[in-house]
Amino acid sequence: MIHITINGKVVQAKDGEMLLTVIRREKIDVPTLCHHEAVEPSGACRLCMVEITKPEWDGWCDYVTSCLYPAADGLIVNTHAKKVNELRSSILDMYLARHPKSPEIRQLAAEYGVLKTQFEEVVDGDNCILCGICTRICDTMGFHAISMVGRGHGKEVAPPLNMAPTACVGCLSCAKNCPTNYIEYNMENGGLTIWKKDFEMVACTECGKTTITKEFAEYLSKNRDINIDYFRKCDECHRKELAGTMGRISNWDREARS
Amino acid sequence: MNIKNVKDLNKIKKETLAISKKHPKKVLVCCGTGCIANGATKIVESVRDGLAKRKLKDVSIEILKETGCHGFCELGPLVIIEPQEIFYTKVKPKHVDDILDKSFLENEIIEPLLFTNPVDGSKITKYNDISFFKHQQRIALRNLGKISAHDMKEYIGVDGYQALAKVLFKMTPDEVIEEVIKSGLRGRGGGGFSAGKKWKICKNIQADKHYVICNGDEGDPGAFMDRSIMEGDPHGVLEGMMIAAYAIGAKEGYIYVRDEYPLAVTHLEKAILDCERSGLLGENILGTDFSFTIKIARGAGAFVCGESSALMKSVAGEVGEPRAKYVRSVVKGLYDEPTVLNNVETLVNIPTIIRKGADWYSSIGTKKSTGTKVFSLVGKVRNTGLIEVPMGITLREIIYDIGGGILEDRPFKAVQTGGPSGGCIPESMLDLPVDFDSLTEVGSMMGSGGMIVMDDKTCIVDVAKYFLEFLVEESCGKCTPCREGLYQLHKLLEKICAGKGEMSDIEKMERLSENVMIGSLCGLGKSGPNPLMSTLKHFKDEYIEHIKDKKCRAGVCPELITYEILDNCTGCMACIPACGYDAITGKKKEVHIIAQDKCTKCGACYAVCNFDSILVS
Repeated sequence: MIHITINGKVVQAKDGEMLLTVIRREKIDVPTLCHHEAVEPSGACRLCMVEITKPEWDGWCDYVTSCLYPAADGLIVNTHAKKVNELRSSILDMYLARHPKSPEIRQLAAEYGVLKTQFEEVVDGDNCILCGICTRICDTMGFHAISMVGRGHGKEVAPPLNMAPTACVGCLSCAKNCPTNYIEYNMENGGLTIWKKDFEMVACTECGKTTITKEFAEYLSKNRDINIDYFRKCDECHRKELAGTMGRISNWDREARS
Repeated sequence: MNIKNVKDLNKIKKETLAISKKHPKKVLVCCGTGCIANGATKIVESVRDGLAKRKLKDVSIEILKETGCHGFCELGPLVIIEPQEIFYTKVKPKHVDDILDKSFLENEIIEPLLFTNPVDGSKITKYNDISFFKHQQRIALRNLGKISAHDMKEYIGVDGYQALAKVLFKMTPDEVIEEVIKSGLRGRGGGGFSAGKKWKICKNIQADKHYVICNGDEGDPGAFMDRSIMEGDPHGVLEGMMIAAYAIGAKEGYIYVRDEYPLAVTHLEKAILDCERSGLLGENILGTDFSFTIKIARGAGAFVCGESSALMKSVAGEVGEPRAKYVRSVVKGLYDEPTVLNNVETLVNIPTIIRKGADWYSSIGTKKSTGTKVFSLVGKVRNTGLIEVPMGITLREIIYDIGGGILEDRPFKAVQTGGPSGGCIPESMLDLPVDFDSLTEVGSMMGSGGMIVMDDKTCIVDVAKYFLEFLVEESCGKCTPCREGLYQLHKLLEKICAGKGEMSDIEKMERLSENVMIGSLCGLGKSGPNPLMSTLKHFKDEYIEHIKDKKCRAGVCPELITYEILDNCTGCMACIPACGYDAITGKKKEVHIIAQDKCTKCGACYAVCNFDSILVS
């Protein structure tokens, strides 16, 4: 265990643990848009930047992304230094110019005092903030169905050749974790469409409600050794069944005691 | 060819020198990309045919040398006759017979093909008498223009691979590292970090594997130093890599070259193959325990892939995006192993440093920036091209002595150094010594060695806009400040150039620049606002003129200038058809008139007027 100082308070941390993890454990609010516990940090949004220094640095300080900076003994961290706050509002100002219609961006920007961008708004700006959570999650899941395409201001998230990706199983991890709810999908009539690809959904054998896509069920069953029959029931019906089983067990217990 | 030990190496050297002595008269044809574009391949064919006609076919390989770039590309194709050092410019196939008969077989000189001194119009015979070459000192470019680039024997003939033999038999890896540290050699790719210290850090890290990578992803607009070296002296680069590999204990190396450099790729591939076949690459090199292989990794030409972490991702087959380098790539680089990444120019210096010693190298240049530096000198100077000069030389010497001064004797305005992430240096600083620290101090940088000279007809705001546009296009788009911040800076510059700027925009740009510099992930974003910041620092009045007076003194920004015809117009009517928008009317021998509502300020009339009658204001 090592000790670091965050906003004047000495706290314990594991050596090499990322600063953001320590900061969040201390319940200090540092905004992020590209951070997700399930995937490796990337340092793209730059909102989690903090000011760091050490006594031996002679007053010199540095600005680093806390999601990627490993904690080291004696480090002094300021999560809301004047320069850091200015940097955050400037970055949020840039975001607001690019995605003026995104409610999530507007709210976060407002928290840092940016109600209207001072820059030129991007015409037809969409709500994809290029945080890369979707692509990193897709990679972590093992599908690699979507990725960042192009570079600079024209960069976008897309499947290969912008065609329905063969590798996608319709797990919805990308859409459900998108911080600005940008990734569209359509679930109706027992099917799912995402990234221009159509999927058939597995219907619950008890109530008929759809659960997950056939491809995803097969993938999990094959790679995670789960019996495919498990997916033929929806969550609710699984719980109903579980409750029934538990009820029967307690009945037997009562009978056994009496 | 088999090179199993030092004896074999020295035997080849002796043979090569003997052949060279037997045929002192040589025809050197520059076959750099610039000269090839101007038709050098046809010159080579004509010389070969010409030699055959003169019954010299059997020895044509010893007489005709297809060399690397001489650096004087604008005058290509270049032909040099050795040993007289006769320097012929803009040679065409029809001149070849004459050259062979007069200058090769006899000692005659063909005057019309000689170099014309742009300052006084005199003809100069020998290339070493030309001011462009005279003031240079060539270490990195030592073999360029001297030997056939693709011939391994010729490289061995000029002491090639002797430095490798020296380190393998006479020096320990630590001694090699100490020698390079002592030489003071700093990274020529732009960072300026001590090459030897980098090797030392890498060597001292315990790991299964160490890697050496040569960075040949030169991406600055107008820069071609590394390309010319890879094309003209591929073995020099390989030898530098081998020495680095021996020093840090690497068994594998990569050369990262952009695919826009096909000739460099071809020459490097040939050089690697020759080394593999002869035994200079592979297992037990020169009979020692040292084993090393080199592979070429071809990049798709993204500017960001010149950045170390993005480059390593690209080599590994991933998307070329940088990562945060709180753990340096020398510690955790390619495939997460300790990796030394050196620029082409850094590596090509190594063999000479080893052969001649650190003391010799550090005696050249300044105390903190030793040795020489290659620049591509371009823009509004009389002599443009590739130059190598000792560190500490002043900008004035480069521009006026080597470059021959500003075209048409116009006033000098600024020189841009360091590529897109560099900055502009004004006239008041022309006596600044060119070294890593002096350039950084004035808000520019050494970078990889681009040098663009500008005269009074260059608009400084337009220059900043140009570089920002390049950076916006080349930003990888991963982090927000670089992707969105540079985009907004470019938009603000566009606004100012269009005459719609407000004074508050300057402050806005300054603040945004600062945040982009602090907030960006990699060095490219962090230095992205440099072209803007340095021009704002040294040429603020020009920005204010654009904003307040709505004037562009250089006559460049279309929205801020007008074209008028002066009274001295002779009525020659040349400008009337030149205008693509029918904006000019007038009769023969009468002063013409430009209709301002139709004029698009394209400058076509200005270009055709022979009487200086078009006023741009």
